[in-house]
Amino acid sequence: MPMPTEFTPIASSLGGVLIGTSAVLLMLFHGRIAGITNIVGRLLPPRTSGDPAHAAAFLAGLIAAPLVYAAAGATVAQTVSTNVPLMLAGGLLVGFGAAYGGGCTSGHGVCGLARLSPRSFAATATFMAMGFAAVFVVRHVIGG
Amino acid sequence: MGLFVNALAGLLFGLGLLLSGMADPAKVQNFLDLFGTWDPSLAFVMAGAVATTFVGYRVAFRGPTPLLSPQFVLPSREPIDGRLLLGAVLFGIGWGITGFCPGPALVSVPLLAIGTMVFVPAMLGGIVLARALRTPQSAPA
Repeated sequence: MPMPTEFTPIASSLGGVLIGTSAVLLMLFHGRIAGITNIVGRLLPPRTSGDPAHAAAFLAGLIAAPLVYAAAGATVAQTVSTNVPLMLAGGLLVGFGAAYGGGCTSGHGVCGLARLSPRSFAATATFMAMGFAAVFVVRHVIGG
Repeated sequence: MGLFVNALAGLLFGLGLLLSGMADPAKVQNFLDLFGTWDPSLAFVMAGAVATTFVGYRVAFRGPTPLLSPQFVLPSREPIDGRLLLGAVLFGIGWGITGFCPGPALVSVPLLAIGTMVFVPAMLGGIVLARALRTPQSAPA
C-alpha cells in the first residue's frame, strides 16, 4: 500500500534552486549542460568528447552530497523498493531510455526546458506522461 | 579550478536533490500518482530548477565563451525524432515503476539501499548499450 509523503513546497523549491544553480555554474564556467546521463556517459565506453576528469569531479561531488548533508545535521528520508527484479528492469529502462533519448530529468527536464528546446519539451512531456501512466498501472490496475 | 567548479556543481546538485525530496523514490512516485497519494512537491522542484537555470543561462550566454572553456557545447537543434520519443517512453516507464532517475539514483549510492545497489549497475549498463547504438555525432544531453 503506498504511503503518503509530506507536501514540502519550500524545501522542494529551495532544492530546485540548488539544482538550477549547479546547472548555471556548469554553463557559466564550462559551457556545458548539466545532464546527469551525459556526465555519467562520459566515463563509460564508448569514449566521446568531454574531459572525463571533469565528469568524475562532478560525480564525486554528487556522491559526497549525502555525507555533507548528514554532517550538516539533516537526515535523508528515503524509501527505495526492495523488489530486485523490478529495480533491475527499471534501472535498465532508465539508463537505456535516457541515453537513447538524449537526456533525462536534468538534461531535458531542467536544462533543455530552460533553453526552450522543442526536443526537450517533447521528451519531458513524453516521459512525464509515461511516468504518470506507469504509476497508475502499478498502483491502481495491478496493485488496485 | 575546472575540477573544483565541477565538484562544487555536483555537490550542489546532490544537495538540491536531497533537500527537495527528489532523492526519495516514494515522493517521486507520489508525485506521479495523481489518483492516489498525490504529493505535488516535485512540481516545485522543477519550477525552482527551471526558473533558476532560465535566468542564469541568460547571464552565462552574455559572454562570448564560458569562463574556463573555449566554447559552449550545446545540443544541436535537431527535429523531434522517433529515437528521442522512444527513449523518453522507456525512460518514463522505468522512472515511474521505480521512482528513480539517474541523478537521484547516483546520489543515493552512499545510503546503500539494496534497491539502489541493483538499480545503479543496471542503469549504467543501459547507458552503455544505448550509447553503443547511437551514432557518434549526437551525444546525449
